[in-house]
Amino acid sequence: MSSNIVLKASKLNKSFSGIVAAKNINVSINQGEIVGIIGANGAGKTVFVNMITGYLKPTSGKIEFLGTDITGIEPREATHIGLCRSFQISQVFMTMTVKQNLMIAMSLAKKSGKQLLDPIDDDEISKECDSILELYKIKDQKDNIVSTLSQGIRKLLDIAMAVVGNPKVILLDEPTSGVSVEEKFGIMDIVIAALKQTETSVLFVEHDMEIVERYVDRVMAFYQGEIICDAPPKEALSDKKVIEYVLGH
Amino acid sequence: MQFWATVFLDGLTYASYLFIVSLGLTIIFGVMKILNVAHGSFYAWGAYTAAFAIGIITDNDLPEALFFPAILLSAILVGIVLGYIIERFILRKMYNQDIHLIVLATFGVFLIFEDLIIITFGVDPYLPYQPAMMLGWVDIVGLNRGVYQLTLILLASVVAFSCWYGLTKTKWGKLLQSVIYDREISEAMGINVTKVYVVTFIGGAILGALGGAYVAPTTSVSPGFAIDLVVLSFAVVVIGGMGSIPGALIGSLIVGLLRAFAVHQAPILELFVVFAVMAIVLIIRPEGLFAPPKARKI
Amino acid sequence: MFTGIFKDTSVRVLIVFMISLCFISSFILPDWMQNNFMYGLSRGLAILGLMLLWRTNLVSFGHALYYGFGAYAVALCQKYFGITDILLRFTIAVAAAGILGFFLGFILRKYREIFFAMLSLAFSMVLYGLLAKAEFLGSTDGMSISPSTLFGLELTRQYLFFLITFFVICAAVSIQAYLRSTLGHLTTAIQDNEIRVEFLGFSVQKAIHIKYVISACLAGGAGGLMAASLGQVDPDSMVNWNVSGELVFITIMSGSGNILAPFIGAIIFEFIRTYAFEWAPQAWAAIVGGTLLTIIFFFPGGIWSIIEKVFNYGKKKDVK
Repeated sequence: MSSNIVLKASKLNKSFSGIVAAKNINVSINQGEIVGIIGANGAGKTVFVNMITGYLKPTSGKIEFLGTDITGIEPREATHIGLCRSFQISQVFMTMTVKQNLMIAMSLAKKSGKQLLDPIDDDEISKECDSILELYKIKDQKDNIVSTLSQGIRKLLDIAMAVVGNPKVILLDEPTSGVSVEEKFGIMDIVIAALKQTETSVLFVEHDMEIVERYVDRVMAFYQGEIICDAPPKEALSDKKVIEYVLGH
Repeated sequence: MQFWATVFLDGLTYASYLFIVSLGLTIIFGVMKILNVAHGSFYAWGAYTAAFAIGIITDNDLPEALFFPAILLSAILVGIVLGYIIERFILRKMYNQDIHLIVLATFGVFLIFEDLIIITFGVDPYLPYQPAMMLGWVDIVGLNRGVYQLTLILLASVVAFSCWYGLTKTKWGKLLQSVIYDREISEAMGINVTKVYVVTFIGGAILGALGGAYVAPTTSVSPGFAIDLVVLSFAVVVIGGMGSIPGALIGSLIVGLLRAFAVHQAPILELFVVFAVMAIVLIIRPEGLFAPPKARKI
Repeated sequence: MFTGIFKDTSVRVLIVFMISLCFISSFILPDWMQNNFMYGLSRGLAILGLMLLWRTNLVSFGHALYYGFGAYAVALCQKYFGITDILLRFTIAVAAAGILGFFLGFILRKYREIFFAMLSLAFSMVLYGLLAKAEFLGSTDGMSISPSTLFGLELTRQYLFFLITFFVICAAVSIQAYLRSTLGHLTTAIQDNEIRVEFLGFSVQKAIHIKYVISACLAGGAGGLMAASLGQVDPDSMVNWNVSGELVFITIMSGSGNILAPFIGAIIFEFIRTYAFEWAPQAWAAIVGGTLLTIIFFFPGGIWSIIEKVFNYGKKKDVK
């Protein structure tokens, strides 16, 4: 694993009318790292993810991506520079087929300006979509309308749509929440394998410690808006503070 | 000085019947979340029915004291009959539909009832001036105005007060407020929301009809009577806040005074100014000046 | 953008329909019907514009703003510049409305649902208020427009009809090209999930703004052509809120399934109007109201959905 820093957050703070949601967050992510973000509900994990991806603007602090200051950018700008995310509740186009969902995602990622006025049915893009569908093992479902499919498939689609632009960093917000126990590991196997192939750095928020242990290189534990531990899984999961504030309740 | 007094008095008169009509519209929106274009029908039918009743009283040399009960009864009759028909046969089937379709459906109903007026009452205008004549004229701050117009202001005040009282002090009022705040929770608490809807709609209809009925003696009642008023009451409701009763009051005053000012100062701006304010309010504060409390979901 | 557009089924059907219409109207059907076709096609452009917005779940209750603006632009250009050329007239109508739409679009693109509808209504009534009271524009009497010319030559009604058909074909084909593109697909995507579109990297507001300007241009063009066909513009028949209501009514009645739908719906509307005025002139409003309710309750997909069922037309792998 190379040690170039792709994402760096320095002294990030966020408060909502007096309520501190994030306090002095300092994080460095290297290329290809897989990081698990854990913490109780309300500990600040999603706020952190939202700030990094532009959905929320930090009250103070700096976010750097590949050396460029991206503090306060809009989500769509983040997507364009290679910083993408998936959602806790899959944000997909329910009335369209799996393939159509991906075609839109891919077209928006690959085309710009006048090209957006070209027909969406493009052979090249279609082939690329097919290969991603293959990678995420949802190719069989490609002509099915998303609203008829299970949470698990929707999750995979949600993530697949987030990676069409080959992002350098992807944040997955609770990728296995709402998914049945049988599907959980299956999904994570597929996703992590696919992302490792492209050396994408992955941060994912997760409550299930089994999943965390199995897939991550590193764990960041949140508590009351602060990071109380940032270490490899074995260390982090046996850390006293982590046990008390995150695991033991 | 005289100019301002004129503007103020005329504005207040104008605001009064706008208020009575818009109150119904805003309550219907607040409770049922429907923008009821057919509200114009209540207004028109209220005016025509009252004009008709006044005609009967006059033609048969019945006592003039009957005018006011006749007007009131016209409003109640129109409100109940039209209100019930529309709620029961059109709206009840549409509550879960797209709001645009509901508005369009009420537009369709409005069009139908506009034509029914012609079939029922004919195309010739009615001029039920007798009640206004009966009350005579009075001089206020050097202006000569009909007493009837002034009673309009009184009526609006009574309506405003009763509304406030009804909503805050009675059980029914509290039920209404609960449904305005959140329909689902109200249902979960055992409130019969359908019944509330029917009563609200009819109540709003009566108010709309009352506006028309009471204004009839001051003007000529003819087909197309309600067309301008429909959009004006929309403007009032938007400015004040859709679903807000104090909003309807303030909105009516703003629109009434603005219009009176424009009419007397720069007639070319008469319509323009009202809708310009409506646009500005929508841009700056879309919920209106007095938006009712909204439960924040999520 | 236009590559292979003439292979598109919807485009082919539209062109065949339009050409057949010209032929039938000119040689087979009685003369008076041609007026209905002309008005139907012209108004159909505005409906096409509203259909675009409807597909993103936006309904403009004030589109008569652009319809009337385009019409008055034509009237004013004749009054002050003596312009009667139909090509110029159409261009002016489209451009004027487009520019207005561009500026108002900055505001409107931030709103949805009922606020979008109300704000568009407010803007249109502002224009109405100005036009109805403006003496130099004829107030409620409006202005008259002399017959159009083409490159200096007098344009007969017959050829005006052909040209209107030509403009309509150009517009409809362009819209179909738009609809099958990525930007066009964002239409339904935005209605489905706005947040996702933002996170896929495209500004939802920008997409809506673009679409709004397109629909304004179409409505303006419609107004300009109507003005040229009628020879007359006035606020009550072109800008008032019931005109906007009528336009929305025709949009719902037509259905939003295809670029041909608005034109079929608008033509049918003209015929209903003609017959209604002949048989039951006082009942026009009730007929419109009744039809509106019938459509909403029984045929929510509009006339087009009926046509689709009858001809089993919709079953293509095409872009819808």
